[in-house]
Amino acid sequence: MNITLRVWRQKSRDVEGRMVTYEIEDVSPDMSFLEMLDVLNEKLTLQGEEPVAFDHDCREGICGACGVVIDGVAHGPETTTTCQLHMRSFSDGDVITVEPWRATAFPVVKDLVVDRGAFDRIIQAGGYISAPTGTAPDAHAMPVPKSDADRAFDAATCIGCGACVAACPNASGMLFTAAKVTHLGMLPQGQPEREARVVKMVNQHDEEEFGGCTNIGECAAVCPKGIPLDTISQLNRDLLGSLTSASSE
Amino acid sequence: MTELYIEGDPIRDEKAPEGPIQERWDKRRFSAKLVNPANRRKLSVIIVGTGLAGASAAATLGEAGYQVTSFCYQDSPRRAHSIAAQGGINAAKNYRNDGDSIYRLFYDTVKGGDFRSRESNVHRLAQVSVEIIDQCVAQGVPFAREYGGLLDNRSFGGVQVSRTFYARGQTGQQLLIGAYQALERQVAAGTVEMNTRHEMLEVIVAGGRARGIIARDMVTGEIETHFADAVVLATGGYGNVFYLSTNAMGCNVTAAWRAHRKGALFANPCYTQIHPTCIPVSGEYQSKLTLMSESLRNDGRIWVPKKGGDPRDPRDIPEEERDYYLERRYPAFGNLVPRDIASRAAKNVCDEGRGVGPGGLGVYLDFADAIKRMGRPAVEARYGNLFDMYQRITGENPYEVPMRIYPAVHYTMGGLWVDYDLQSTLPGLFVTGEANFSDHGANRLGASALMQGLADGYFVLPNTVNDYLADGPFEKLDENTPEAREASETVRARIDRLLSINGTRTVDSFHKELGQIMWDYCGMERTEEGLRKAIDRIRELRGEFWQNVRVLGSNDELNQALEKAGRVADFFELAELMCIDALHRRESCGGHFRAESQTEDGEALRDDDEFAYVAAWEFAGTGEQPVLRKEDLEYEYVEMKQRSYK
Ligand SMILES: Cc1cc2nc3c(=O)[nH]c(=O)nc-3n(C[C@H](O)[C@H](O)[C@H](O)COP(=O)(O)OP(=O)(O)OC[C@H]3O[C@@H](n4cnc5c(N)ncnc54)[C@H](O)[C@@H]3O)c2cc1C
Ligand code: SF4
Ligand code: FES
Repeated sequence: MNITLRVWRQKSRDVEGRMVTYEIEDVSPDMSFLEMLDVLNEKLTLQGEEPVAFDHDCREGICGACGVVIDGVAHGPETTTTCQLHMRSFSDGDVITVEPWRATAFPVVKDLVVDRGAFDRIIQAGGYISAPTGTAPDAHAMPVPKSDADRAFDAATCIGCGACVAACPNASGMLFTAAKVTHLGMLPQGQPEREARVVKMVNQHDEEEFGGCTNIGECAAVCPKGIPLDTISQLNRDLLGSLTSASSE
Repeated sequence: MTELYIEGDPIRDEKAPEGPIQERWDKRRFSAKLVNPANRRKLSVIIVGTGLAGASAAATLGEAGYQVTSFCYQDSPRRAHSIAAQGGINAAKNYRNDGDSIYRLFYDTVKGGDFRSRESNVHRLAQVSVEIIDQCVAQGVPFAREYGGLLDNRSFGGVQVSRTFYARGQTGQQLLIGAYQALERQVAAGTVEMNTRHEMLEVIVAGGRARGIIARDMVTGEIETHFADAVVLATGGYGNVFYLSTNAMGCNVTAAWRAHRKGALFANPCYTQIHPTCIPVSGEYQSKLTLMSESLRNDGRIWVPKKGGDPRDPRDIPEEERDYYLERRYPAFGNLVPRDIASRAAKNVCDEGRGVGPGGLGVYLDFADAIKRMGRPAVEARYGNLFDMYQRITGENPYEVPMRIYPAVHYTMGGLWVDYDLQSTLPGLFVTGEANFSDHGANRLGASALMQGLADGYFVLPNTVNDYLADGPFEKLDENTPEAREASETVRARIDRLLSINGTRTVDSFHKELGQIMWDYCGMERTEEGLRKAIDRIRELRGEFWQNVRVLGSNDELNQALEKAGRVADFFELAELMCIDALHRRESCGGHFRAESQTEDGEALRDDDEFAYVAAWEFAGTGEQPVLRKEDLEYEYVEMKQRSYK
C-alpha cells in the first residue's frame, strides 16, 4: 500500500519544529510501524535528506524506548507500543500524522525523540525498596499471598514509555507514579517505606512539572501494559494515609 | 590456515584457587585484599552498561561506598536489553525437593556448555545462584507464586529438575527493574553518577592500566573523557553482527571491541547461540527477530509434516502424517533438548524441504494437546502474553492454529577473556555479564544468562574488584595525559572520517549484507570452505564500507546514523575474527557446529584431544593476523563425555 506521512521535524531542543510530508510506496501490511519508518529513513538518506530521529531499542514492546503520537493517539490505534503496531492497522492511501510526546516535563530532543529523564528522577525519589546486596533473608522466609503478588506484578509491568503523559490533557505522570507505588506497596517487603515513598514520589512528580491528575482516564486508555486506573486510587489512599499518620505524630 | 593467524604463548587463569571446588570461592574471597570502608570514597569505578550485570554492580559498589560512574546508550538505565528476557532465572534452591543441588546445577551447566567452560567459574555461579533469588525477592521482584504464597518454579530446556524462577513471561524486565531501582537509589544517595545517552567509544590505558573511557554524549556530540581507578564493561552481547537477531537494535560490540584493540583478549568469538523458538522472518524490511520464550517447549509440541510441501492446513494433517522429530529422535528429553540441538534439528527438517510457512523456513509449535489436557485458561495463564505477542506480529491466533517458529541468533557465549576475578588481560578492566566469555562454554542453558549477569554484578565483582582497588587510588590523570588525548583524538578522527565519506550506500545496507554473510557461513552450520569465502567477502565489504558509506548530518547533534555507522564498523572487524575462530576450531561443540565434525547421526562431534581449550585472541592491528593464545581446560569433577540427550 501507499502511505502519506506527516512527520514532526525539529533539529534540536531549542529550535522550532514543523510538520513535513513524505510519501512512501509499497508498504507491506506485515511491517511494523517502525520498520515503515526505517524504509522512510533509507529513502531519505539516499535522497540526501537527514533521516527522522526516533527512539527505539528492543522492538518487542518491553523496553519502553519507543513511542510517538500517531494521528493524535499515543502509540497509535492498537493500545500497544509503537514498535508492536503493524501496518495492517492502516489502509492504502492513508495520511498518517506522526508527532513526539508533548509535555513540559518531556522536552523534545530531536524530531520524535523526547527527554524522559523526569521518570528516572521520580524513581530516585523513592521508587525502590532499600535492600542492600547481601542482607536478604531466604526468599521463602516471607510468603506473599498470590493475589497480592499478582497485583504487584500487574503494576510492575509498566515499561516507563510515557504514553500516559502524552495522552493526558494535563500531561500528568500520575499513572506511571501510581504503578510503582502500587507495585511496591502490595508486597510485604515494601511496607516499611510505604508512607514515605508515596509522599516523596508525588513531590518529585510535581517538581518535574507534570500536571495534576483530574481523573480523566486517557492515560489508562492508551497504556500499552494495561496499567489500571485504580492504581491511582491506591496512590491517593496511600497519600492520604501517610498525611494523616504524619499529622497524628 | 596459518596464513590467517599466529599461535602465541598459552594463557592461564591465575586467580582461581586450588583445592576442593566447593571451597574455592570462599578461599578467593578470603585471600583477596580488602578496602577499608573509609578509603572507598577515594576510589572510583566506571561501569559501562546498566543491564543486569552493570546495574547490579553499580548499585552494589555504590552501597559499598565507592564512587561509581555509570553509562548506558539508552535514555534510561531501565531499558538495557536484559529487560527483554522472558523465560526465567535458574537457582539451585531445590524448593521442589526434586533432587536439585548446587552440584547438579554446576554439573548441568558444564555439560550443557559442552565441556568448554571452566569448572571453577561454573561452580561459583551455581553457589551464588541461591543468594540471587533472596536478593531479588527482598527488592520486591514479583516472581510467580503459588496459592500458598511460596515461589513457583518451572523446568527449562536441557535439564530434568524444576529450578527456574520466573515472573510470567517478563522475568528479565522484573529483575532489571529491581536492579534499576537499586541503582537509582544509589544515584539519589550520591554514590552513583548516571550518564544516559552516552556511548563509550574508547578505553584509556595509562601506565599499563585501564584508567578511563572516552564517551560521546549522544545528544550534544561532545566527546568526553572520564577517569577512574577501574573500569567495568557490562555491555552485553554481540549477536547483532548477524543483523537479524533477537537482540535490541542498539546492542553492539563496540565497547568490548575497543578494549580488545587496546589489549584485552577476546575469547571464543565463534560461540554463538541460535535460539530455536523465534518468529520466522516475514520480509525484506525485517529489522529484528522476536523470540518466543523457550518455556513454550514445556507444553508445546514441535512437528513438521512427514512429507515435504504438504499444502494442507496443519489442523487437517492427521497424527500419523506428522513428524514430532524431537520426540522421535530424543525420547528422554523430547521437546526439551538443549537449544543448539533443537535449532539444528529445525534447520535439518527445513533443509529436507519439510519446513512450513513462507519460504519453507519454519516448523510448527503446537499447543492443541496442551489445551486439551490443561484447558485453555491454564495455557493462557502460563503463556498468555507470548500468545498475544505472536498474534500481534503474525496476525494468526495460536490458540487455534499452531505457531510457526524458526531459529534465530540469540546469545553470544564468546566475549572478552576474564580470569576468576572477572578481570581481563588489561589490568583494571573487568568484564561482566554477556560481554565476558566465562561461564557458558560453547552453549548456554536457558535461564542461565540472567543468573550469570546478577551473579557477576551483585556477588562476584563486588568481592574481587577490591583486590585490585586495594592498591589504589592510582596516579591522578587529566585530559592532557597523552594516553587520554590520544584516545580522544582517535575517536574524533573516526567520527570525522565516517561523516566525510558521503558515499552512495546506507549504513543499514552494509549491516544487512554483513549479517547475511555471517548467517550463511558462520551460522548454524559452518564449513571450512564457507568460512574462507566469508572472510574474503567480509574484507571486501569492509573496504567498500570505508569508501562508500553515507552518513548524513554532523557530530554535534543526536545522529542515529552516525551511532550505527560506528557500531557496524566494529562489527566488520569482529566478524572476521569470528570466522577465523570458527575456522581454526575444526570440531563441533555446543553452538559451534562444523559440518566436517559430526557423528553418524549428525550430532556435534567434539575433539577433546585437540580442542579442549579456550581460544583467546590477541589483536595485532587491523588486517594483521591475530594471535591465538590457548587456555587449557581441565575437568576434575565432571567427566568429559559426548553429550547425549537420547
Ligand atoms: C529476547 C531475549 C530473551 C532472553 N531470555 C532469557 C531468559 O529467559 N533467561 C536468561 O537467563 N537469559 C535470557 N536472555 C539472555 C539475557 O537476557 C542476556 O544475556 C542478559 O540479559 C545480558 O545482560 P547484560 O547485563 O550482560 O547486558 P545487557 O542487558 O544487554 O546490557 C548492556 C548494557 O550496556 C550498555 N552499552 C552497550 N554498549 C555500550 C556502549 N558502547 N556505550 C555505553 N553503553 C553501552 C547498554 O546501554 C546496556 O545498558 C534473553 C535474551 C534475549 C535477547
Ligand atoms: S503507565 Fe503505561 S503508559 Fe505510562 S509509562 Fe507505564 S506503561 Fe507507559
Ligand atoms: S522499542 Fe522497546 S518497547 Fe518499543
